[in-house]
Amino acid sequence: MIVAEQKPIEEIKNYLTGHKRILVLGCGTCVTVCLAGGEKEVATLASLLRLSGNFEIEENTIERQCDAEFFGDIKDQAASCDAILSMACGVGVQMTARTFPEKPVYPALNTMFCGTNDGAGQWSENCLACGDCKLGIFGGVCPLTRCSKSLLNGPCGGSVDGRCEVDPENIECGWQLIYDRLKTLGRLDVLDENAPPRDWSRTHDGGPRKLSREDVAGL
Amino acid sequence: MVEYEYKSGSNLEKVLCGGGFAVTAELGPPKSADFDLIKKKVELLKDWVDAVNITDNQTAIVRVSSIAAGKLILDLGLEPIIQVTCRDRNRLSIQSDILGAYLLGIRNVLCLTGDHQSCGNHPTAKHVFDIDSIQLIAMVKNMRDKKVFECGEEIKSSKKAEIKEPRMFIGAAANPFADPFEFRVIRLKKKINAGADFIQTQCIYDMDRFEKWMEQVRSKGLHEKCRILAGVTPLKSLGMAKYMRDEVAGVTVPDYYIERIAKADDPKAEGVKICVEQIQKLCQIEGVAGVHIMAIEWEEKVPEIVQKAGLRE
Repeated sequence: MIVAEQKPIEEIKNYLTGHKRILVLGCGTCVTVCLAGGEKEVATLASLLRLSGNFEIEENTIERQCDAEFFGDIKDQAASCDAILSMACGVGVQMTARTFPEKPVYPALNTMFCGTNDGAGQWSENCLACGDCKLGIFGGVCPLTRCSKSLLNGPCGGSVDGRCEVDPENIECGWQLIYDRLKTLGRLDVLDENAPPRDWSRTHDGGPRKLSREDVAGL
Repeated sequence: MVEYEYKSGSNLEKVLCGGGFAVTAELGPPKSADFDLIKKKVELLKDWVDAVNITDNQTAIVRVSSIAAGKLILDLGLEPIIQVTCRDRNRLSIQSDILGAYLLGIRNVLCLTGDHQSCGNHPTAKHVFDIDSIQLIAMVKNMRDKKVFECGEEIKSSKKAEIKEPRMFIGAAANPFADPFEFRVIRLKKKINAGADFIQTQCIYDMDRFEKWMEQVRSKGLHEKCRILAGVTPLKSLGMAKYMRDEVAGVTVPDYYIERIAKADDPKAEGVKICVEQIQKLCQIEGVAGVHIMAIEWEEKVPEIVQKAGLRE
């Protein structure tokens, strides 16, 4: 899922300065699951903003802010407000801005990464959405994401006791994970091959990416 | 009679390929536009080493560019080994710099991944890592031997122009002390397969582990495919010994060296003595083709170490 966290309240209030009536808009998908921008978080933030006494707050949560079809029910509510505070990821914020071109739309969250839930209150980054998945080669551990230097022929000299030199306490050495996994699978031979330079044009370096699929275009 | 054709013709290549025991040192360029400091370090090292590594923004701290410093050092009569990391430049920039360095007379290059920017003085910078050190080695080798750029195009200015390729003697680093230990020799093999002509190791203190690593290296015949220079760093003080042990990722300092420095009346002299003993032991290990002396901000001790180790008179 896309993992996000709420911005500091002061930053949010700064955005809202000069506006009176605000729609706090949650999203029912990823940010609900990671407890950053779902119905509950909308209610908490809305109360906090009401308490500050400066705003009239409307609140709502739609199923997905990344999809235009879910905005129909909130059109009138949005029209009655001067600004929208979106509690979605960056994708949802942009879709909201596109749906209401006349309204200022502000982000209440910082979008962090595509990641896993590692237990209560813990998430970690696992996928860079690089557009050219090589997990099949590397034993199901992504070197681009899990190695701080995105090395394809790692590990570098900074790997000690399975930890990464960048932050040994908090970051595992991705290449230790790859090595251990391939060892378990009996596929250490894979590492003898030198991986060639990556084609970054499939990633954001080729410009903002688009996907068109004719097979589903008519549905 | 077939004459041996040098790949680059550098002094270091001639020493290593002639079966000599090479001595290299490290010269960190200044953190300011200070030519005198470069000159001073060259004067200290000039008559004592075969070539000197010029670091590339080492530990991710901004310094004079390794190629610019390398050219100045070359003009002062010492042969540079230009370090190139993948942290700050992409494949276009590195290839352009290799062409430029070659035109400036530089013939040795050491291909490194590079320390992460979080270690240095611009931790909020964006890193590059377009390619990694192994891909870098292959790229510089293909420029030299296949005479092509990374994209496959021939190295010539126009269709009708002559091919003019940069011919570098290619080095790589190896760290026998990082983890996973079993992977360290595989990684060395990958670097040799990519095209490394010589290897300089991370500084060695744990001689037993290094010997164990060399055994694995020899069992795979890797010492015959490439020249291995063993890295040493003299310990300047007890504080430094502890720092190297505790703070530097991938470096281990055994307690018996820490104790020797701690008990010594003159810790600096003891540090030099340990370094000399290490070099003498390293010379005896089959497959070690030279030493790389990284006297960190202590270049003035290199002549004494080289002399006492019996490497030069």
